[in-house]
Amino acid sequence: MTQMTFARAINSGLRKSLENDPKVILMGEDIGTLGGVFRVTDGLQKDFGKHRVVDTPLAESAIMGTAVGLAYRGYRPVVEIQFDGFVYPAFDQIVSQVAKIHYRTQGAVKMPITVRIPFGGGIGSPEHHSESPEAYFTHTSGLRVVSVSNPQDAHTMIQQAIASDDPVLFFEPKRRYHDKGEVDESIDPATALSMEKARVVAEGKDVTLVAYGPLVKTAKDAAVAAADEGVSVEVIDLRSLAPVDFATLEASVRKTGRLVITHEAGQSGGLGAEVATSITERCFYHLEAAPVRVTGFDVPYPYSKLESHHLPSLDRILDGVDRALGRPNSLSGLEG
Amino acid sequence: MFTDELGQGGIPAGGPGDSAGHHGGAGESLVQLITPGGERVSHPQYDAWVQDVSDEQLGFLYEDLVVIRRIDTEATALQRQGELGLWPPLLGQEAAQIGSARSLRDDDFVFSSYRENGVAYCRGVDLADIVKVWRGNASAGWDPYTVNMATPQIIIGAQTLHATGYAMGIQNDGADSVAITYFGDGATSEGDVNEAMVFAASFQSPVVFFCSNNHWAISEPVRLQSHIRIADRAAGFGIPSIRVDGNDVLAVMAATREALERARHGGGPTFIEAVTYRMGPHTTADDPTRYRDANELEDWAAKDPIARVKGLLERKGLLTGQFEARVAAKADAVARELRAGCITMPDPEPLDIFKHVYSTPNSWLDRQEDHYSRYLASFGDPAGAHSEEGAR
Repeated sequence: MTQMTFARAINSGLRKSLENDPKVILMGEDIGTLGGVFRVTDGLQKDFGKHRVVDTPLAESAIMGTAVGLAYRGYRPVVEIQFDGFVYPAFDQIVSQVAKIHYRTQGAVKMPITVRIPFGGGIGSPEHHSESPEAYFTHTSGLRVVSVSNPQDAHTMIQQAIASDDPVLFFEPKRRYHDKGEVDESIDPATALSMEKARVVAEGKDVTLVAYGPLVKTAKDAAVAAADEGVSVEVIDLRSLAPVDFATLEASVRKTGRLVITHEAGQSGGLGAEVATSITERCFYHLEAAPVRVTGFDVPYPYSKLESHHLPSLDRILDGVDRALGRPNSLSGLEG
Repeated sequence: MFTDELGQGGIPAGGPGDSAGHHGGAGESLVQLITPGGERVSHPQYDAWVQDVSDEQLGFLYEDLVVIRRIDTEATALQRQGELGLWPPLLGQEAAQIGSARSLRDDDFVFSSYRENGVAYCRGVDLADIVKVWRGNASAGWDPYTVNMATPQIIIGAQTLHATGYAMGIQNDGADSVAITYFGDGATSEGDVNEAMVFAASFQSPVVFFCSNNHWAISEPVRLQSHIRIADRAAGFGIPSIRVDGNDVLAVMAATREALERARHGGGPTFIEAVTYRMGPHTTADDPTRYRDANELEDWAAKDPIARVKGLLERKGLLTGQFEARVAAKADAVARELRAGCITMPDPEPLDIFKHVYSTPNSWLDRQEDHYSRYLASFGDPAGAHSEEGAR
């Protein structure tokens, strides 16, 4: 076990993938000489060369489109999109090509592309640097979408994503990049928990609280706070956003009867809606209350002086837990 | 008229188009080796690239041109008869496709648009597989790796990036094959095409940009896409370009061979503008009489890519009755095979809809497939469940 930051853990996972498979190639803006604006790829170009760790011109569609061509040629590209809000120029290549080529060619051409996207807010950035665009991609068939919440998962799951023969959108919680955690670099990603499985990170019996990425930490803190009030919250780290591991969620909700889901992305049409609906379909008669969503608002990501209002905080999550429990809360007295 | 003989209206001599000409004088004139009248004219730079083309090979090029026109005619007929949902005719663009595709090596890789069905024929794609997409039986007609040609790209220009990425892979592998990408004049307005040229130039990747300037992007004339000659844009990216008579199979071959050789030997990308004309509609769903002058069509009919090779063969005394019969028989046989393969193609099974979305099982999709198969089975009669009525 080694103590390391989140960013370092991804770096170490990328290094392992580069070492283990000569077809792995990293592409992105500023990832080589600079080591990435968050230093996630620090030192990799120096050790693996300019042909394995490629500084590209500033064109996201081209980064993605050339990754498609490299995948055609048998490579396993790992693309870094510098910030969440910069992924949109690549959207067409991701949605129309990366996601569809395996289906289009009836399995003849694989697209083992990993798209790393630092996402989410909380770092006081200007516009376009704090977004949570994951639902665009969870809605796109042909993609797998994951988000990591801690250095160990980041280390293991980046290797699993790269090893996947399907394209994977890999969402990294940028405000956690400098958080430290214990990482066992010797864990074999092939035998570790699959990236498609959710994980119960805190057991509880009264409410199931589902989070992913940056909010897993907040959710765990909320569970500790709730325990002080005698409420037992089970926290689940979703890990895989598409497909969602509903079996794990369902087992939890059958036990607790109450569901709260939280994400930074806006509420309407978000992942929380999918989780709430699917769980309602699967175990309606085990639910004691309507599922509750605690999310960002349906606004463009706000300027930084207001972001603390937008981001689900420990207190807003606890307020949601109170709603799920039918305890007095901010919406008491309102219908629906 | 929107266009002049050079394929671009409104550009005065000595205008911006003339400033960027190099590697064949892209700004000055079209490279042409066979006139519309069928006369072989010499060119100081490009004769050398086709001097090995024998009379016999010229005959085979002629046969290719005739055959792909026949494929196109037959596919158009199949669409009119309801056997295909749609077809994008290549009428008039035969020389651009044959001249370039017959210059490729087997290990080169093609990334094309949907109109390069003549290129697909040259790569050895089964005839029925060419129309499979257009019949709605699949989203792609063939396995790209069996013929080293990606299946047709419908998103305009997207494939130019795929070719560039593939070429970057060739470089990493230390191979000497080349990626070639086909696209139209309309595609040159797309960001992807411009970004592809930026990447190809920066990395000096072995990719050939083959632009079939057929003058029309559905109803929009080429001058709406580019204020200067398209080939001249390449200079802005630091990519050598050539403007070639796209209706001249030998000239296209010469230009493509030169570009391929440059790419194979570390010279990086080349941009070829093949000036041709889309004689038919954009697709069988289009009506070009709404936007196109009939006189323009007449002008281009006089520059037909097949007639000029026929004229050349005649001048050379090669157009014998036996030869013409051979070519006609080949075209007939291809048309029969295409039609038979099309109309006897088995329909996909309903549950094929779920296949190959992912390469490994996916819990969301597996559940939907399970539910839908139960739904189909609920009709009891398996045959009924497979009919369209059963699926409602």
